[in-house]
Amino acid sequence: MTHEIVMAGFGGQGVMLMGQLMTYAGMLENKQVSWMPSYGPEMRGGTANCSVIISDEPIGAPIITEPTAVVAMNLPSLDKFEPALRTGGILIINSSLIEQKAKRSDVKEYRVPSNDIASELGNLKVANMVVLGAIIAATKAVSQESVMQAFAKMFAKKPGLLEINEKAIKRGAALVEGK
Amino acid sequence: MAEIAFARPESLHDVPFHYCPGCHHGIIHRLVAEVIDELKVRDRTIGVVPVGCSVLAYNYFNFDTQEAAHGRAPATATGVKRVHPDSVVFTYQGDGDLASIGCAEIVHAAARGEKITTVFVNNAIYGMTGGQMAPTTLPEQVTVTSPYGRDPEKVGMPIRVCEMLATLDGAKFIARVAVNNPANMAKAKAAIKKAFEIQMSGLGFAIVEVLSTCPTNWGMTPLEAVAWLEKNMMPYYPLGIFKTPEGVAK
Amino acid sequence: MAEKILMKGNEAIGEAAVVAGCRHYFGYPITPQSELIEYMAKRLPQVDGVFLQAESEIAAINMVYGAAGAGARVMTSSSSPGISLKQEGISYIAGAELPCVIVNMVRGGPGLGSIQPGQCDYFQATKGGGHGDYHNIVLVPNSVQELVDYTILAFELADKYRNPVMLLGDGALGQMMEPIAFPQGAAAAPAKPWATTGLRGRKEPNVINSLHIQAPDLEKHNIHLQAKYKTIRENETRWETYKTDDAELVLVAYGISARVALSAMEQARAAGMKVGLFRPITAWPFPYEALAPLAGKAKAFLAVELSAGQMVEDVRLAVNGASPVYHYGRLGGMICSPKEVLGEVTKIMQGKEGK
Repeated sequence: MTHEIVMAGFGGQGVMLMGQLMTYAGMLENKQVSWMPSYGPEMRGGTANCSVIISDEPIGAPIITEPTAVVAMNLPSLDKFEPALRTGGILIINSSLIEQKAKRSDVKEYRVPSNDIASELGNLKVANMVVLGAIIAATKAVSQESVMQAFAKMFAKKPGLLEINEKAIKRGAALVEGK
Repeated sequence: MAEIAFARPESLHDVPFHYCPGCHHGIIHRLVAEVIDELKVRDRTIGVVPVGCSVLAYNYFNFDTQEAAHGRAPATATGVKRVHPDSVVFTYQGDGDLASIGCAEIVHAAARGEKITTVFVNNAIYGMTGGQMAPTTLPEQVTVTSPYGRDPEKVGMPIRVCEMLATLDGAKFIARVAVNNPANMAKAKAAIKKAFEIQMSGLGFAIVEVLSTCPTNWGMTPLEAVAWLEKNMMPYYPLGIFKTPEGVAK
Repeated sequence: MAEKILMKGNEAIGEAAVVAGCRHYFGYPITPQSELIEYMAKRLPQVDGVFLQAESEIAAINMVYGAAGAGARVMTSSSSPGISLKQEGISYIAGAELPCVIVNMVRGGPGLGSIQPGQCDYFQATKGGGHGDYHNIVLVPNSVQELVDYTILAFELADKYRNPVMLLGDGALGQMMEPIAFPQGAAAAPAKPWATTGLRGRKEPNVINSLHIQAPDLEKHNIHLQAKYKTIRENETRWETYKTDDAELVLVAYGISARVALSAMEQARAAGMKVGLFRPITAWPFPYEALAPLAGKAKAFLAVELSAGQMVEDVRLAVNGASPVYHYGRLGGMICSPKEVLGEVTKIMQGKEGK
């Protein structure tokens, strides 16, 4: 099984970190992983995005042209990446910021009001973690436990952050799982 | 018992210089070598020599040397000094090398306060390539690339390197000297010695500009060349100490 | 091998250099390799090393010259336009036979070009770049782990042959993250009795120099260099093959393109096409002798590279007319997709190439 996930949004929405956490979690599960960011002027103003591959097989091209899943944190990202999504692919839409629905009927759409949930949790900064919870629940590319382990490692110096981020991830996952 | 009153410094190899008659490079080489001997640092000196007439200086200096690319001696010397901070590193550069193609390297080595010494030989012309205009060529001076005389309207005025570098905090000792007579030679040697001592005490960058003749490319006899230097170069390039750690002196 | 960690390519090169014993770095910022210079700025002081941001690429490479001549394991890094500026120094370093490592994370050109990944500096890296008859050893990794392994190898080869070694990557490899592990360390640097350390008791002065003013002397020096290059060709040519044994079409690709080509190859195999992949690991020396025998077996070759056709010329030299050699590339910082390569593969396999 090979997951090819594109995560995209405005700079500052934390899409790079979402991707890195998922990649890290994949590594902890001894899977083949790669993380590839967009960089340069396209990150200024437009969309920042990263490509995450989590696979049981050695990874060839780290660049994704037909993703198995797309996370759109803002409208330009949805417009840009929805058409590339593979048939049957997973589309996570940050419905707090995007009113538009999926245009395609051959993909699985999840609408996640991440900013609203983050605001409920009392910290707008964790909106990306809500979405991360949703994407791991929807793809099952990595387990929630691995993501939390990855988080603990990446933020070893800030253990205080763990609790709120875990809450956010669980809320996102619950939304997808219909709990 | 006879006493040896005059001998070749140990820091010079026993080989004849290739320099033209009347050229001051030989004198300046010797002064540098004498200073290194007197400071007893030959064993830990690394010289970085330029592209220009003194390109073969490594054949004359009897200590470790590196031959740098044109103008890059201060960068090369930086690399050497950063690997061996306890060594004594100097660059020996001409006016085309230092003030034209290597202008950025000398300015930034000085700005960093790089703990190296630079001996800068200014003879107002490119010697090795056959007498072309240098950044230090004087107004009206005829060279093969300024055949009608240097025209400041078109190519600007010559660069006064000491005055320019004196604005940089990292440059701790700056002097301009000449070797046109024995008295000035003694002053030149004292300045070069001071420039090495500044480096050895870890204070920062030090440079000594030495006004020099080029009888061959100036089209003069050695004596005429000295007279021309005194009459034309010295007024535009005043001798003196521009900066010392004790403060600016003139 | 230690525990795997996730690291960005550019930073992995920096840490690998530290593992290899590099304690001197001189560089100038340029996208897309700035993470490397930033990493060195932070890391080298922690290991009593020297980091210096030079005033220019030119100064940086000449600082490398000085430091290498003084006996240090030293590195500089840049991306295409900056590497062009370094060419003067690289030629001098090759001429003076100094060991050093130069990293080029290639971006689209010519000129200021783009900051996206490219492979358009292959000619510059392998066929000279600077003036004179010389060669860099050119290593072309294709993963973050290989960036680590070949950075370390680069220092070893540089010292072994007293030759500049270029690590030729690209913007994509520098930016991507993959799990890596660092080996314990590189082979210790050999003694360098030729280095300018100051005499320190030695009788004869050492001179670091690329000037041989008498033509017969310079010819002798060149003959010596060529003999060295021959030894390097014989001993250090590296490559890898995937499923070439029964391949009717052999893809030839290095670096990031080899990753794309590998994906395309697997897809072609899944569709029943006999396709293999030949991957040079040294771009200089190019593995001509390893590639040539495949020409007798395969019906065609397809060079895949992010250029208008540079490495393909070496493929043609190796194949020497025995089979057709095609080229597929994207330009200016665009990366080709496995699907595009598969399209080319399919055309060639169906005999519709060039139509």
